[in-house]
Amino acid sequence: MAEKTFAGHPVIAGAVRAKALVSHGGFNTLASYQQPLLLKDAKGTCSDQNNPDLYKKPLAGTALCLPQTIGSTTGGMVLMCACDNGAGPACMLFSKPIDSLAAAGAILAENWTDHPMVVVDRLGDDFLAYVRTGMDVEVAEDGTVTVRS
Amino acid sequence: MQLTQEEQDILDGRQGETLAKVMRTLVEYGDTFGAERMVKVTAPGHLVTSFGISIMGAVFRVMDELVEAGLHTKEPFTVDPRPIDNADVPANLIQKIVGNITYGNQESYEKQLRAVGLKDENAFTCACYLPEVGNTPKRGDILSWAESSAVVYANSVLGARCNRNSAFIDLFGNILGEVPEFGFLTDEGRKATWVVDVRCEHRPEAQVLGSAIGMKVMEEVPYIKGLAPWLGGRLDDSARAYLKDMGAATASNGAVGLYHVEGITPEAADLGEDLIAEGAKTYVIDDAELERVKASYPNIWKNPDAKPRLAFIGCPHCTLDQLKDWTYRLRKACDDAGEKRVRVPTVVSSAPDVLAEFAKYPEHELLLSTGATLTYICPLMYMDNPMTNLPVITCSNKLRTYTSARYFDEGDLLAIIARGTI
Repeated sequence: MAEKTFAGHPVIAGAVRAKALVSHGGFNTLASYQQPLLLKDAKGTCSDQNNPDLYKKPLAGTALCLPQTIGSTTGGMVLMCACDNGAGPACMLFSKPIDSLAAAGAILAENWTDHPMVVVDRLGDDFLAYVRTGMDVEVAEDGTVTVRS
Repeated sequence: MQLTQEEQDILDGRQGETLAKVMRTLVEYGDTFGAERMVKVTAPGHLVTSFGISIMGAVFRVMDELVEAGLHTKEPFTVDPRPIDNADVPANLIQKIVGNITYGNQESYEKQLRAVGLKDENAFTCACYLPEVGNTPKRGDILSWAESSAVVYANSVLGARCNRNSAFIDLFGNILGEVPEFGFLTDEGRKATWVVDVRCEHRPEAQVLGSAIGMKVMEEVPYIKGLAPWLGGRLDDSARAYLKDMGAATASNGAVGLYHVEGITPEAADLGEDLIAEGAKTYVIDDAELERVKASYPNIWKNPDAKPRLAFIGCPHCTLDQLKDWTYRLRKACDDAGEKRVRVPTVVSSAPDVLAEFAKYPEHELLLSTGATLTYICPLMYMDNPMTNLPVITCSNKLRTYTSARYFDEGDLLAIIARGTI
């Protein structure tokens, strides 16, 4: 088993282990969660037609690996609701510095729901180049991310 | 962040636990981006969450908590469009029933909005900055807004200062009257890290140009050269409408919160290339590039060859001049096709205050004579109704991004609307 470790910055600190789901393009939070939230889809099946990496794949409980989020400014609220409904990712792992909408979603989920989500950013381009959908991902409290294939 | 004593007292709960949570949320938000202090909000707010979708229980719980704590905004705010208009937007009985279930919390949510400071019953629009609506910030104003198309317009065209805030961050900033200072609130954060060089032989379609820019630069700030001649060289009503539509596409197809247009937008007119950061990347856009971007849009209709059942115009909401312009273009398209009325049911959307003003003009009756209807809703929210997953056509790249609607350039859209087929 190959193993590689990446040092990130914890935005919402925590320890979690999950299967990777990788988006190489920006993650459009509203477009991705619009249908699963409306249809009460607990798996959070991604509805973003413009994201070939994620379209029709379940988002719930994954280690969502991405560069950043894009799209509507409802994004943070949508993320908070997805976490609250159990359809949110187990963690979000950003290769870049986190964007304002994703940060808002993570902070809202932490402060206003009982379902906080671990978030690490600044993992670097190497992280996104290495990690593949389905790999085992372990996140430590200090923002260290270990990827096993 | 360095907080004042008053801010620290709020954070410590001396004005109640709920306001402390509001402050804690904004402080953590600011800390994440290296903000050093809070700064005063200097103009009324605009919120993005206007819809009472019953599944979003967390939203209503937070609102209840704010209302029960007696919290409200310092000044009345505007908010995005309402989701349902059963009078003017085509819907059969089943669609109406499902729509009313989907947005089953609309009435109670609007009650919550009124309790925390909603301006009035006409305050529902994504284009709150239009003069008829009146929530138009001045250059340099500090805002606590959300709605991606409004934020990018306020920053770019009006020269106000606002981050791409999420829902609830927008409301919290207006309750506290303060926001953390980072990003687009700073001079450094407003510098362009991309130069977009427009080299088109034809006037670029605003919604496709914005899409191309958004997909390329994502959340970064572009400085756009070569566009001014296509806008007549000045920031008049026509240019503002173009930039409204272009900006909405940059923000929805990417995450652009601010752009500069050489010689046109206020900061670019004053500072020119001093706005371009060292090491900025370059993106050349010509007609072929715009065609490439357009060709990348997927067709996800259940039947890709279906006849269109509905056309939406006005996402973001039309300006008054755009309503007049669409009137004449729809009439001409019908006349050119030898039709008295549109062959595809067509809905044109604008702000309630703009629609009220439009009703005073002869174009109002002329537009209705084409069979098109006027509404105040958000087309995106209409299409969130699972029963309205129709073959919809639009010239809005934002609507295309978030729904199954197919995008067509304005001229092509008009021709399809008039003849009834693609």
